[in-house]
Amino acid sequence: MTKVFRWLFPHPFLTLLLTVVWVLLQNSVTSGMVVFGLILGIIIPRATAVWWPDRPINFRLLPMIPYVIMVMWDILIANVQVAWIVLTRPNSKLRPAWVVIPLELKHPEAISILAGTITLTPGTVSADMSNEGHSLLVHALDAPDPDEVRDQIKNRYERRLMEIFT
Amino acid sequence: MMFETLATYVIALCLLVGAIFSLVGSIGLLKFKDSMTRLHAPTKVGTVGVGSLLAASMLYSYVFGGGWSIHELLIMAFLFVTAPISANFIAKVVIHKKTCDTPPPPAKDETWSTLDVPEEDRDVSVANEIEAS
Repeated sequence: MTKVFRWLFPHPFLTLLLTVVWVLLQNSVTSGMVVFGLILGIIIPRATAVWWPDRPINFRLLPMIPYVIMVMWDILIANVQVAWIVLTRPNSKLRPAWVVIPLELKHPEAISILAGTITLTPGTVSADMSNEGHSLLVHALDAPDPDEVRDQIKNRYERRLMEIFT
Repeated sequence: MMFETLATYVIALCLLVGAIFSLVGSIGLLKFKDSMTRLHAPTKVGTVGVGSLLAASMLYSYVFGGGWSIHELLIMAFLFVTAPISANFIAKVVIHKKTCDTPPPPAKDETWSTLDVPEEDRDVSVANEIEAS
């Protein structure tokens, strides 16, 4: 039974995602569309399973929800802060800085999400990774204390992502 | 009637917030002086600016257009997924061309992946000349 399930859903989360995207694309939540989305969600991961070199990682969807809400809230707050900097702070008083973040996350997916979160929250842009993938280079728009930015990213985002990608 | 009036105000507020953030993003793009700090300005337009414009669109189609419109969620999702990638590529180009401050060495590995190129490719002035010709 689990073997059949594994064969049909090599990547259960992708199946779910494709179904949701299909329903959103159709702009109507009807049972027909959900079923067709589900069919696509089964065929596409099955057909592309050859190109997923690693098995899907353990991914917990439930702690992802508070994470997304927290990131949305942070985006709002940081937006207002950066807008204030843009409008009031002269260039000479701006203190841009590089911030190096040593990573504890191992999964490429988790690191991508962390890098995306850093870029989406204004004030910081993730710029590069180290050649072996153990550090992240972040550019901060106005950071009097780069260590504080690093600690904040590590405590606020990375720690939570460690819980999501176990 | 009351509900529709209220909705109109909320939609107007959303449009206004979106427009203001887009404006601030553009001002930032003009004001900042090097490419790395400039990169910070469009992230505002991409998140709260476009986000609140799309929220206005969703609200409008719910109240006046008859029925929910959920396309906007998809636009927002794709925007949130693709915006960091383009920002990352611009940052990589800036680092490669060395038009910004040299980043500090990474904490755990030897170098940054953009700088990790063969010795003969490290001279960016050659690449700049090829581009100019």
